[in-house]
Amino acid sequence: MADPAVAAVDILSAAKTYPNGTRALDPVSLTIREGEFVTLLGPSGCGKSTLLKMVAGLLGPSDGRIVLWGQPVEQVEAAGHRLSFVFQEATLMPWARVRANVRLPLDLAGEPRAAADARVADALRQVGLDKFSTSLPRELSGGMQMRVSIARGLVTRPDLLLMDEPFGALDEITRNRLDSDLLALWQAKQLTVVFVTHSIYEAVYLSTRVVVMAARPGRVVDQVAIDEPYPRDASFRVSTAFSAYAKRLQDSLLRASAVNDDTALA
Amino acid sequence: MMPLTPPSATPRLQRPEVQRVFYPALVAVLLLGLWQGLVVALEIPPFLVPSPLQVAQVMVADAGLLFGALVTTLKITLLAFVCATVLGVLIAFTFVQSRLVETALFPYAVLLQVTPIVAIAPLIIIWFKDPTLSLVMCATIVALFPVIANTTLGLRSVNPGLLSYFKLSRATRLQTLLRLRIPSALPYFFGGLRISSGLALIGAVVAEFVAGTGGTGTGLAYQILQAGYQLNIPRMFAALVLITLTGVLLFALMAMLSKWALGGWHESEVGHD
Ligand SMILES: Nc1ncnc2c1ncn2[C@@H]1O[C@H](COP(=O)(O)OP(=O)(O)OP(=O)(O)O)[C@@H](O)[C@H]1O
Ligand SMILES: [Mg+2]
Repeated sequence: MADPAVAAVDILSAAKTYPNGTRALDPVSLTIREGEFVTLLGPSGCGKSTLLKMVAGLLGPSDGRIVLWGQPVEQVEAAGHRLSFVFQEATLMPWARVRANVRLPLDLAGEPRAAADARVADALRQVGLDKFSTSLPRELSGGMQMRVSIARGLVTRPDLLLMDEPFGALDEITRNRLDSDLLALWQAKQLTVVFVTHSIYEAVYLSTRVVVMAARPGRVVDQVAIDEPYPRDASFRVSTAFSAYAKRLQDSLLRASAVNDDTALA
Repeated sequence: MMPLTPPSATPRLQRPEVQRVFYPALVAVLLLGLWQGLVVALEIPPFLVPSPLQVAQVMVADAGLLFGALVTTLKITLLAFVCATVLGVLIAFTFVQSRLVETALFPYAVLLQVTPIVAIAPLIIIWFKDPTLSLVMCATIVALFPVIANTTLGLRSVNPGLLSYFKLSRATRLQTLLRLRIPSALPYFFGGLRISSGLALIGAVVAEFVAGTGGTGTGLAYQILQAGYQLNIPRMFAALVLITLTGVLLFALMAMLSKWALGGWHESEVGHD
């Protein structure tokens, strides 16, 4: 059960400077509660991927700390929580069939084969690909490959889903459909989602809260709660409330880059 | 308006798989015809340049001798190829365990590659009295490098996204090796095998030449040497043809093996049409 009183992710003034000296992220503090759908929105290079990778433990912060349910990321599983990461590309194994790709995390965890197969079938059904379990990745369209990647993320029954521009490479129609599917899954599974995007509209449509970031140096400049009820359908995309939120986010992004331009001129 | 030809009516000759065999074969027939014609017209004596027909006759007449020699050379080649594959893969696995190991040892792999085999072969033949063993060693040295280089490259050429995914899923080193590195390396490995198979043959023939009459004295290279001493040029040509055909056959076999192993998934083997 998602309990909004519990902090799933606590980012405590985490900063990142890469070994080559690039200052990717100024100290960021951010709390994400259970059941939230938080979107990181910002221009290219503002450190969205860096922040998400630090939450996942793929990168260590050069300063500050990140805890998941009060634990460092290595101890999350021992505490009974699971996180999944969905990359911008599908990152499937080209030599393995869809079902073997989705089963990968279970195989790596040493899950018995029969139980694993049942869960794989279940995950593929959730993303609508049950008919393609024996296909090879190259036989699928980009959108379908992305859905396989999401099925692989869901098969471990995570309670925290980290997604780095998962639909960035897809056309708008496909992206909108996958966005709705994702919202349905989020509600059904009571997931906590941290989602990275470039798109203001995707951010408004999906999120309970949007975190606006700016570049050079990467930092958080604004947070906007999207107080609209779920389920959100296509009509929400053309409502006045939607445009108002989009405008608010756009202003925020523009203001942040204007500050940058000022300092650049000074 | 131009009449449109339906795709089903593509003449057989326009299919790429037919073209790949037909045109080289056509060139071969033309060249052989030209060769035969020139030799006959200019009345060139067989001890200078034999005609293709004479070579074919010798091939049949000396079949026992030549094919016996072929088997010997083939045995050396295959043994060396297997040794090079096994050793090369083992060395590649050692290399990818750590950058330090690779940095320390890679120059010696290159050293092995750049030292001409004819220069080391006499030593090896003296040190290892057994002729088969010494010949196999020489041919292995020649064939080894492409397997090492390609397999090492392959084991390192892993999609970084997938590698992150494995890391995120807390995969062990062994799991990452078996489920990610080895499958990713296969296309490179087969590329290495294709080059090595030809080199193993070259290595075997060169080593036989160096061993000369003092060596095993039965391989194809020995037949070429012997035929040279006896000015039996047609037999020399026949042995040469057998070596060439063996090389082509080995290459084709490796290409087929690679296609069979990677056919389903790897870009290099998936439809070029
Ligand atoms: N491995 C790395 N080494 C050095 N610098 C890096 C590395 N990865 C990212 N950076 C730098 O850190 C900054 C933030 O990169 P990051 O990938 O987090 O941006 P992003 O917001 O995800 O951008 P995009 O939307 O284009 O994916 C960039 O300036 C980038 O050049
Ligand atoms: Mg990014």
